[in-house]
Amino acid sequence: MSVSDTSTDFAAKERAGLPRKGIAVVAAILAALIVAPFMAYPVFVMKLLCFALFASAFNMLLGYTGLLSFGHATFFGGAAYATAHAVKVWDFEPLTGILFGTLCAAGLGLAMGVVAIRRQGIYFAMTTLALAQMVYFLFLRAGFTNAEDGIQNVPRGRLLGLIDLSDPMAMYALVCGVFLVGMAVIWRIVHSPFGQVLRAIRENEPRAVSLGYRVNRYKLAAFVMSATLTGLAGATKALVFQIATLTDVDWHMSGEVILMTLLGGVGTMLGPVVGAGLIVAIQNVFATTGFPLSVILGIIFVLCIMLFRKGIIGTLHDQWRRYGRK
Amino acid sequence: MADIFGIPLPVLAGQLLIGLFNGAFYALLSLGLAIIFGLLRIINFAHGALYMMGAFAAFLLGEWFGLPFWILLVAAPLIVAIFAAAIERGLLTHLQGLDPLYGLLLTFGIALIVEGLAQYQFGVAGQNFSPPSALSGASNLGFMIMPHYRAFVIVVSLIVCLATWALIERTKLGALLRAATENRPLVEAFGVNVPLLLTATYAFGAFLAAFAGVMAAPVFQVSPLMGSNIVIVVFAVVVIGGMGSIGGAILTGFLLGLIEGLTKVIYPEASNIVVFVIMAIVLFFRPSGLFGKTA
Repeated sequence: MSVSDTSTDFAAKERAGLPRKGIAVVAAILAALIVAPFMAYPVFVMKLLCFALFASAFNMLLGYTGLLSFGHATFFGGAAYATAHAVKVWDFEPLTGILFGTLCAAGLGLAMGVVAIRRQGIYFAMTTLALAQMVYFLFLRAGFTNAEDGIQNVPRGRLLGLIDLSDPMAMYALVCGVFLVGMAVIWRIVHSPFGQVLRAIRENEPRAVSLGYRVNRYKLAAFVMSATLTGLAGATKALVFQIATLTDVDWHMSGEVILMTLLGGVGTMLGPVVGAGLIVAIQNVFATTGFPLSVILGIIFVLCIMLFRKGIIGTLHDQWRRYGRK
Repeated sequence: MADIFGIPLPVLAGQLLIGLFNGAFYALLSLGLAIIFGLLRIINFAHGALYMMGAFAAFLLGEWFGLPFWILLVAAPLIVAIFAAAIERGLLTHLQGLDPLYGLLLTFGIALIVEGLAQYQFGVAGQNFSPPSALSGASNLGFMIMPHYRAFVIVVSLIVCLATWALIERTKLGALLRAATENRPLVEAFGVNVPLLLTATYAFGAFLAAFAGVMAAPVFQVSPLMGSNIVIVVFAVVVIGGMGSIGGAILTGFLLGLIEGLTKVIYPEASNIVVFVIMAIVLFFRPSGLFGKTA
């Protein structure tokens, strides 16, 4: 794929630093996090936060490095399995369990990344998809995952041995904490000199090479970081729902996170959060009707690609800028 | 009875036959993917869905009109090809000039819609579709039992693959196609209707996929999910072979089918993942694939 022609599509140029607008957005998110559990079911909000973090971690790779991974379910589901097993069988403390799951995702990310970054563009997408399918079969066969049944009734445990997480509000506070830490890390990475190099690679890989950057090392680092943060989301999800199943490592999951990012806006900080919120809400609505969800998701996919490739936040950005110029 | 590597010959030969049989489908599908990618620069994620549509079209036409297998083998793929042409004209053609990733995502969306609707209509359970009576038997070759239908599929698929190769590499139309792949504006300047060529190419790729689907129908059950399972393996096959060459796609398809069959004999647990493992190894030593030219 030629990298130069992606720039106009996959780019949404953001100002670095935290201007007044940024502070307002952060304040609004914090306020929403405090109000949310009183407005909606806490479990629903927690699910939303996990997927928002998942999509944001994925977007770090697609939006800021220009790599489309079709295998992120591996890290999400892999971390969920690892955490569920550690907490249930090895009696890990919840936070340590989440950490363990996250590290496992990092390991999986390193293994997959080393192979996948050898190809670019469309081949990268197909390679990650195939490798993720391989991991799916491995999880299907591995004894500890209980194949079709998954790991069920995962105990939430006591945080640091003190706080009982079976209390929904305590669990909610933990998920909020994980979400905020994850988002802060992503923001920091994206707006660092390292993030600038990633964007340079996205815009024009040959030029980044000629400037002396070891592009493959940067790509691998970005891939592992994205996998790690995805793992953080998956590990937390396993504690929220107290279950880890094959659904989490299935390729449909990889497709869903792409859709969330695309719908919200590729390459924007807020886009994946908005996209994840919408998709999770849509899933909730259609779960009760008998209509197949995949048809709805497919239609949204087609509409996104055909009509607004910049996503909701990306389009709003453009409108805002046009309005400001007048 | 003769043994090879401690495995009885009939078992080995039987699994190799099944391997070749699976390879026939991999070859037909990766051939279609390669042709579509060559001209349209799109990885057709809907390829598995088109394969499934072929099987369902044959199943339904057979149920409703009682058409014989030989007519279904052509009629069902034709219907799917018309559907694919409409998709190309209505949607894909608007993505020309954009990053190929958009094509992948669009066809992924189409696959979700088609498979979701099929599931809604027919449920997840498979439907049975019986092979034509002329091919239902099996013959004893002395060292193995050979089911006629499997042999038929291997031979027909080989013929179709070779005919396609000849069409593209040896005819005027194929030369036009290759020219358009190399330099589209130039071919357009010569007065060739390139958009029509693109539509026809996509429809032809879809025809091959649906053709494979009809042939798969009597052996595998006709189910809405039959396509999504095979398409990922075919993606791995395409990554291994590299999409630069038509012959390479065919050869890699059969080869990987054989290797998969062999794995079933030697170490059955790994048969699901052997193709992916080979992909990883090939990527490590030859990143552009066995027959690939460009990275």
